[in-house]
Amino acid sequence: MSGSRRDFIKISSLSAAGLLFGGHYVQSAMQAKKIADLGSTLRTPTVCEVCFWQCAGWVYKNDEGKIKKITGNDEDPNCNGRLCPRGTGGVGMYYDEDRLKTPLLRVKGSDGKQTFKEVSWDEAFDFIAEKLQKIKKEHGPECTALFTHGSGGHYWGDLIKAFGSNNIAAPSYAQCRGPREVAFLATFGEGLNSPEPLDIRDTRCLVLIGSHLGENMHNGQVQEMSDAIDNGAAIITVDPRFSTVASKSKYWLPVKPATDIALLLSWIREIINNDWYDKDYIEKYAYGFDELKNYVQPYTPEWAYGITTIKPHLIRESAREMANAAPAVIIHPGRHVTWYGDDTQRLRAVAILNALLGSWGRKGGFYVPEKMSLPEYPHPPFPKPTRTWRDAMNGKYKLADLALASGVCDATIPSPDLDCNIKGWIVNGTNLIMTLPDQKKTIEAINNLDLLVVVDTMPMEITGYADVVLPECTYLERWDDLRVAQGRNPGIALRMPVAEPMYNTKPAYWMAKEVSKRLGLEEYFAWDTFEEKLEWQLKQVGSSLEEMKRIGVKNLPRQYSDMFFAPGEEVEFYTNTGKIELYSTALEAEGFDPFPVYTPHAEPPSGYYHLNYGRAPMHTFSRTANNPNLTDLMDENTVWVNPKVAKEWGLKKGEPVYLQNQDGVVSDFPVKVRVTERIRFDSVYIVHGFGHNDKKLKRAYGKGASDSQLITRVLMDPVMGGTGMRGNFVTFRFNKESEVQS
Amino acid sequence: MRYAMAIDTKKCVGCSDCVVACQTENDVPVGYCRDWVVEVTDGTYPQLEIEIRSERCNHCENAPCVRSCPTGASHYEAGGIVTVTENKCIGCGACIVSCPYDARYSHPEGYVDKCTFCLHRIQKGQQPACVEVCPTKCMYFGDLDDPNSDVSKMLKKRKFKTLIPEAGTKPHVYYLI
Repeated sequence: MSGSRRDFIKISSLSAAGLLFGGHYVQSAMQAKKIADLGSTLRTPTVCEVCFWQCAGWVYKNDEGKIKKITGNDEDPNCNGRLCPRGTGGVGMYYDEDRLKTPLLRVKGSDGKQTFKEVSWDEAFDFIAEKLQKIKKEHGPECTALFTHGSGGHYWGDLIKAFGSNNIAAPSYAQCRGPREVAFLATFGEGLNSPEPLDIRDTRCLVLIGSHLGENMHNGQVQEMSDAIDNGAAIITVDPRFSTVASKSKYWLPVKPATDIALLLSWIREIINNDWYDKDYIEKYAYGFDELKNYVQPYTPEWAYGITTIKPHLIRESAREMANAAPAVIIHPGRHVTWYGDDTQRLRAVAILNALLGSWGRKGGFYVPEKMSLPEYPHPPFPKPTRTWRDAMNGKYKLADLALASGVCDATIPSPDLDCNIKGWIVNGTNLIMTLPDQKKTIEAINNLDLLVVVDTMPMEITGYADVVLPECTYLERWDDLRVAQGRNPGIALRMPVAEPMYNTKPAYWMAKEVSKRLGLEEYFAWDTFEEKLEWQLKQVGSSLEEMKRIGVKNLPRQYSDMFFAPGEEVEFYTNTGKIELYSTALEAEGFDPFPVYTPHAEPPSGYYHLNYGRAPMHTFSRTANNPNLTDLMDENTVWVNPKVAKEWGLKKGEPVYLQNQDGVVSDFPVKVRVTERIRFDSVYIVHGFGHNDKKLKRAYGKGASDSQLITRVLMDPVMGGTGMRGNFVTFRFNKESEVQS
Repeated sequence: MRYAMAIDTKKCVGCSDCVVACQTENDVPVGYCRDWVVEVTDGTYPQLEIEIRSERCNHCENAPCVRSCPTGASHYEAGGIVTVTENKCIGCGACIVSCPYDARYSHPEGYVDKCTFCLHRIQKGQQPACVEVCPTKCMYFGDLDDPNSDVSKMLKKRKFKTLIPEAGTKPHVYYLI
């Protein structure tokens, strides 16, 4: 309330530096005429940070010491020696001349105009520390929050935990995979985490529901899917769009958007009524089978046909296909699953189907992952916050197992229901403007802040709202925590700097430590150098920095159990009943349906279409849209339109149109039409992450439409607070000012 | 020895990793490419098919580019690999016009550039960069004269096609279909 309105600043102070370094990349590539002989002695280990898969690789420099290429580490189970296009194109993140270059502080000129002033690191940190202390004094330390994506989150997280807050939220939960985690926790007593423990390479049948593997380059999974194709596995794809993987599938089921639960219930009924479920497995491990059987009786394929438009014989045949493959079958849990607000229930149906087919804990299904436990560098215990992020949720979403970014954002807007309004944000590596739905609300929250610190490598939209911008160096220029990923085997991977940070950029761990000094919290960052911290940690697990520099990745044998359940093995599941809960006692206890319920969702009004969005394999969210190498592959999105719809509107291939949503929001920029049979007539599709409106992203500015901007209707998941984003409809406009034609 | 490549259209997801890997391996300037991805959709909703192909120079046995080159810059290397000797190339562009696959481009430094099957790598016993990086492992490289090479084995096992066979160029890039 006390915060002044924030003018969006387009980081004008950077322009001079930007010009200096313009075209740097092309030059460097051209100068190196001779292909350098890059021996293994020149390689440096890294862990990719272009997406969240965190593949381990090697970075090579040429004779002149310039970073030249990045390849996968053969020993790394996340990538098996093969990076995806984004990992290979990680060099572009380093060479991007639009990078943030020096710390910036928002200042108000005598004319009242707000601009960014280039400041020293000391000035930036002093400002942050002073503001944080003021918030602590006036509101309490728990009125600060961290939004994070990526490695830096750990250091900033430690800082705000030491400061007295546990409001640490990652949009990757409530805006992405949260409902899936809660659904699998409710059913199997365990979430899936990342990378998901799917034994895709040995599966006989892979069922993808709205998950477009191959377009979303979840590297290890795409690789294993390819192995599964080689092995003759059947793929069943449920998607309103003929995705790339649909073209590789035995069955493509072009489901009517928002009706997936009806299809799932019908599949469950088919599997049960035909006695195709795994009787021994269900009898031994499951709770609530008889109730489930009774519950699904009304949901015949004929019933589902009327809702999903999938023909009954296809529902029966595809169910049979899964049953024939069982238990080597995977109903893929997906990753970005916040669609319609009943997502936890939809993912519960997915979990139940997997349970019936006995794929959990079985070869070709879900394996039991293991993860290395790596001790933390010693530090004092964190203080117990007087209020937690849960208090900021006002008693809602009790089944959420992680903080909700959207919830913390909402709790920043003053409300009579809350006695703790969040006053300070640190935003690390996540462009909240394009990550959270309902941009207006995000900006309203920001306008109520006393402090907004943004840490990023690029001038993303969120930087324009910051009080302080801290330019982070890229992953190729810094140390970071060891990667400890779950997998078939526990293991670790090292990221180390390949080059000195370009410009006046710094690693996040250094920034957090510097701020800690000014808050009297340096005992939480007791190491002198980051190498010292890593060396200490590695010693605890019988390795060393010297070894990790040499090998990059270290895999260890499994310690706790086999990868799969042995026949007849006694298994205790971490649910209330100790069994796989087909009938969820946890959901029931919180007042939710113990079985998934199909609920009809709103349909587009006449002249409007479901706005579906997804991924392109060469881009990660909105963060790669300015990467020179990746922009070279795809520099804008298109809107996919069925030919019938195109004919009705007179839309031509490549024609630029604006999209307008049901709330009258018009896309900032036009997007080119792609007329294609590959999409239903009731939907359009755009790839997420385009339509940037910050001019400092020179390659990305104004290219295509932003789905984020058009997602103003949010369908909240009452179970865990996920923000369903697929309930928006759009129509076409031929210019920005004209009235809607319909 | 006849080097060739077989590319499995059934596994390729069109991610373009081959394109970036080639750029960073071979110093291809941003804005240019030696390989690229083509996606062809057939049919009407909902009876559809897509063929995805990673395309590049076909290293033709009967290469029009070699025939049309006035200076001899375009030539065959051992194993039938078609390459351009940069300092013999005058950038006239005759080869670009003669190539039915549009596989060549004018490098900003004034010579014509194209795929070399990563000659510098295969001389060291490595795979071409695109083959080595491909997340779907959809590319196979090797010697057609060696029945045990990956490429020979795939061509024996699978149905395949070449691009524009009617041009009579005898391409050495095969697409598994």
